[in-house]
Amino acid sequence: MTSDGTVTIDLAGLGGLVDALIRDGYRVIGPTVRDDAIVLAELDSAEQLPAGWGVTTGPGRYRLRRREDRAVFGHSAGPQGWKRYLHPPRRKLLEATADGRFTAGEPDRTRYAFLGVRGCDLAAIAVLDRVLGGGAHPDGSYRRRRAELFVVAANCTEPGEVCFCASMGTGPAAGPGYDLALTERIDGDGHRFIVDVGSPDGARLLAQVGTQPARGAEVRAAREAVAAAADRMGRVMPAVDLPSVIRESRESPLWEEVASRCLTCANCTMVCPTCFCTTTEDVTDLSGEHAERHQRWASCFELDFSYVHGGSVRTSGASRYRQWFSHKLGTWHEQFGMSGCVGCGRCIAWCPAGIDITEEAAKLAGGCS
Amino acid sequence: MTAEAMVPVPYRVAGRVVETADSVTVRLEPVGEPVPEARLGQFMMLYAPGIGEVAISVSGPGPMHTIRAVGAVSRALHDLTPGRVVGVRGPYGTSWDVEDAAGHDVVIVAGGAGLCPLRPVLTAVLADRVRYRRLVVVAGARTPAEFLFPHELAAWARRHDVEVLRTVDRPAEGWTGPVGFVTEPLSALELDPAATRAFLCGPEPMMRACAEILLAKEVPAAAIRVSLERAMKCGIGLCGHCQLGPLLVCRDGPVVDYTVAGPLLAVKEL
Repeated sequence: MTSDGTVTIDLAGLGGLVDALIRDGYRVIGPTVRDDAIVLAELDSAEQLPAGWGVTTGPGRYRLRRREDRAVFGHSAGPQGWKRYLHPPRRKLLEATADGRFTAGEPDRTRYAFLGVRGCDLAAIAVLDRVLGGGAHPDGSYRRRRAELFVVAANCTEPGEVCFCASMGTGPAAGPGYDLALTERIDGDGHRFIVDVGSPDGARLLAQVGTQPARGAEVRAAREAVAAAADRMGRVMPAVDLPSVIRESRESPLWEEVASRCLTCANCTMVCPTCFCTTTEDVTDLSGEHAERHQRWASCFELDFSYVHGGSVRTSGASRYRQWFSHKLGTWHEQFGMSGCVGCGRCIAWCPAGIDITEEAAKLAGGCS
Repeated sequence: MTAEAMVPVPYRVAGRVVETADSVTVRLEPVGEPVPEARLGQFMMLYAPGIGEVAISVSGPGPMHTIRAVGAVSRALHDLTPGRVVGVRGPYGTSWDVEDAAGHDVVIVAGGAGLCPLRPVLTAVLADRVRYRRLVVVAGARTPAEFLFPHELAAWARRHDVEVLRTVDRPAEGWTGPVGFVTEPLSALELDPAATRAFLCGPEPMMRACAEILLAKEVPAAAIRVSLERAMKCGIGLCGHCQLGPLLVCRDGPVVDYTVAGPLLAVKEL
């Protein structure tokens, strides 16, 4: 071990880590190849990681590509954020009987271990912690899942064309909040992972896995590779006071211009790792004796999202795009004391019209200066 | 609180008073453990089993809620007869700071159902009348038959220590009062602006127009409070529906002062 306790594990060690997590009762969730994309799914073994797959992204574009090596974390963000496990797309809130008994839906006791969480996505979990877990009336379902969560982060050395985490201060190195953090290295010395321990739980798990002490030089090289990734992001968020710029731009013609391209399809909100909005659905059985209430993801791009009796507040596409953009980069600060954007770039890649949040922010900032 | 924050507790309809053709006031009583008592201007989430949940302001103690049938859920709540069970969560949101109005003139402006969250303000001021100076109520309705709490309005109007100004958009036979929006009697009021506290609730264009009149009379924006309305699904800051610029209306409202509300209400479709 080096003086700071850093160790390395090889591919077998990574397999051992997955096995140890499963033995410990965790459902291990990690990236895997499915449907021509790298998606998150439950892993039975490290074999299912996307070894040798990278991705090419751009505005409205996402394609798998073969890598020249067998890197398992050599790909940037796929369409899914980890929020689908912590804040599921649909869950039962309650059951009701006709005589007025209201019972909470059965709590989800699953213990999740997330494998390969990037800096941007770890920051997104911290955002959800504040929004769903940090208010006066926290979401108990979220808090239960979160309290049990084990996080294996992946420091990023391969940012993509739509990434801008460096300018959001959320990457490429994974910030605090992980149990273990891996930096993948493939060179003359082989394929291995430099491991940083972030918690006692992380140390306990790691003790079940075969590790090697890390050499000082290889730790330095790994740190440098992560730091260098900051300069290879495809995008950058303009370094201006965005909340003020946006506040001053509520009547900007830019919103109409974006709306002429925006399909209000809500893709950006569905792929966003921090968008938390939900709506409720009530269902009854045919007898009318039993009713259920479900919560499901919703989006401020839906016309009825702002419906008050008599009509929707935000009827135009321009106002709905303004709401999303202004919330993400502006009013989130006032509501929760932080940005709602972590720079993962998913909203750019998965926008069918190729609308680029960094480009729109730059136009707005330019128009105000 | 936990996931159970989204699970209502059962209340029984203990009383039901028909107010207008489409509005009733229901008084609820807890079946088991009660929810905490609401402060003036707060709201509850009321659940009609199997149909849905809506945010309804508290219009009186008990708690009482005045419900206008405008959609599927409010129709179901409106139609509930005594003995039936509803779900209650709350109370949620900010409240009218009536204490701050002690020693001041109190101006209450209500449009239509806007009188519901303001009725507890009136009750509170009248219960402690000597601590307040002048008390003015400006109430508007579409037609004379659509005034909520008509008997109370009439009773308040008979008192020498309350000025009640009623106006309707459309008169009907027998109506001898003024016709027009609440802005008209409000414009005609002589106010002591530095000593005025105003409480406004009604449709947004009405609140904006009334606030503009008060500002023109040199009532400070911070002395004008409005109660906002936005779509709400959770009532506790988790679902995102009720955003208005920097506000989560369920958490930071519904009652806010006009220094905050003014710039937001001025922007279309915010």
